[in-house]
Amino acid sequence: MTGVAVVGAAETTQLGKIPDLSQIQLHADAALNAMADAGITAKDIDGIATAGSRPTDLAHYLGITPTWVDGTAVGGCSFMLHVRHAVAALTAGQCSTVLITHGESGRSGVGREGFARAPASLSGQFEMPFGPMGPPTLFTLPVLRYMKDYGMSHEQLAMVAVVQRQWASMNPRASFQDPITVDDVLASKMIAYPFHLLECCLVTDGGGALILTRAERANDFPQPPVYINGTGESVETPMISQMQDLTSSRAFTVAGPAAMADAKIKHSDVDHLMVYDAFAHLPIYGLEDLGFCKRGEAPDFIWEQNTAPGGSLPMNTNGGGLSYMHSGMYGMYAMQESVRQVRGTAAAQVDNVDISLCLGVGGMFGAAGCVVFAKEPS
Amino acid sequence: MTESLRVLPMPTPETQHFWDGTREGELRLQQCNDCQHVYFPPRPFCPKCSSRDVQVMVASGRASLESYVISHRPHKAFVGPYAIALVALEEGPRMMTNITGCEQTPEALQLDMPLEVTFEDAGEDIYLPLFRPVGASS
Repeated sequence: MTGVAVVGAAETTQLGKIPDLSQIQLHADAALNAMADAGITAKDIDGIATAGSRPTDLAHYLGITPTWVDGTAVGGCSFMLHVRHAVAALTAGQCSTVLITHGESGRSGVGREGFARAPASLSGQFEMPFGPMGPPTLFTLPVLRYMKDYGMSHEQLAMVAVVQRQWASMNPRASFQDPITVDDVLASKMIAYPFHLLECCLVTDGGGALILTRAERANDFPQPPVYINGTGESVETPMISQMQDLTSSRAFTVAGPAAMADAKIKHSDVDHLMVYDAFAHLPIYGLEDLGFCKRGEAPDFIWEQNTAPGGSLPMNTNGGGLSYMHSGMYGMYAMQESVRQVRGTAAAQVDNVDISLCLGVGGMFGAAGCVVFAKEPS
Repeated sequence: MTESLRVLPMPTPETQHFWDGTREGELRLQQCNDCQHVYFPPRPFCPKCSSRDVQVMVASGRASLESYVISHRPHKAFVGPYAIALVALEEGPRMMTNITGCEQTPEALQLDMPLEVTFEDAGEDIYLPLFRPVGASS
């Protein structure tokens, strides 16, 4: 129980390829849409958090005079951590209305800030010399170990992408909507064995924003509140080579149970699940690290359509990073889908979503943030 | 001095012993004198018990193949698809590396196969620790 609710949520007006907006304007476009959703303007906002750009830049650009600022930047799940930190700040009275923004010109690269590993960092010294070419060759490194230890087949890995395309086919805003088969996935271009193109996320432009306030004020806004009932966060390592266990994310196993304990929920209470899917193995790790499946059982769970439309645990219902959109820091879009599902406004709406659990990952397996969204406060 | 096509490391005071070691044909790890934990990457304290009483040790160079990807993205330092590998050192730590002396294919790269360290002159006075199948010539 946190006593905080989402009263505004929106993505950028467009998603996909947006060459006519720079990165900071993608933040602003999403923020303005979220303010309109909440029926407020920048002068009503006194807390700001963002990652990928500096909160100073956003506060100035949007005309916000904050009493609370958070620039936590741990990769694509930073926005989940911002939600958790905002809950603490709102509860402590450090601010009354928080705006969390994301914008990224991931595809068009307009006004995007660079990313490089310093050659004197540990990753720069002990990983970069061996030829990694970004996330497709790093984030993917643990999965052969998982496949051997648990007997996961290439077909089972491919099925993750197939199921998410099933969801995307119901979503007019998804980048890819045409249904695909396991054979299609395995026939797509090899990027980094064992990962084919269709098992890797999209690279698109877009943004999203959330507005949070204390629950006792939440009914003063036009939208039905979506309550934040629990949160969790953790970090593990900036180096994929130094994960404690190649078949599990330690940060997932800390952040997930913390959020569920905070919300006082058990697995059977979860109606809808989002697991940040930069690559096809992420939902498998997420399902097991969160405890929805036993070790080694998530590939069968997905294969048997349990996370697909009509399944017992609908997951990544927007189509995910594999089919909906992925700007680089996807966590914001996962939370937007959780909010839509709880509000009942999603494109592929699941029946009776009272509780949506949203798990984000950041900096490859470096960090995790988890948020429990709910129709009623716990 | 040859120009390297790889991204080269920039040693720091805390890691200099490692890069001095590879130049001298040694794979150097560190061990805690209080709890005996053997660890990598380098730092002047034990990440397990926080003790500053640690020493440099020379690893056996024996390892096994723990996981990898075969990148199909073009890289100026490699010809064709190449494996980026994670190897488990006999002493416990895991490190990223490349596998030399064998085909860069799933058939040739079997998980848990035994490997041994070899050092490659990467230019600019940097020698990189690579691994090859035991008995192979790299």
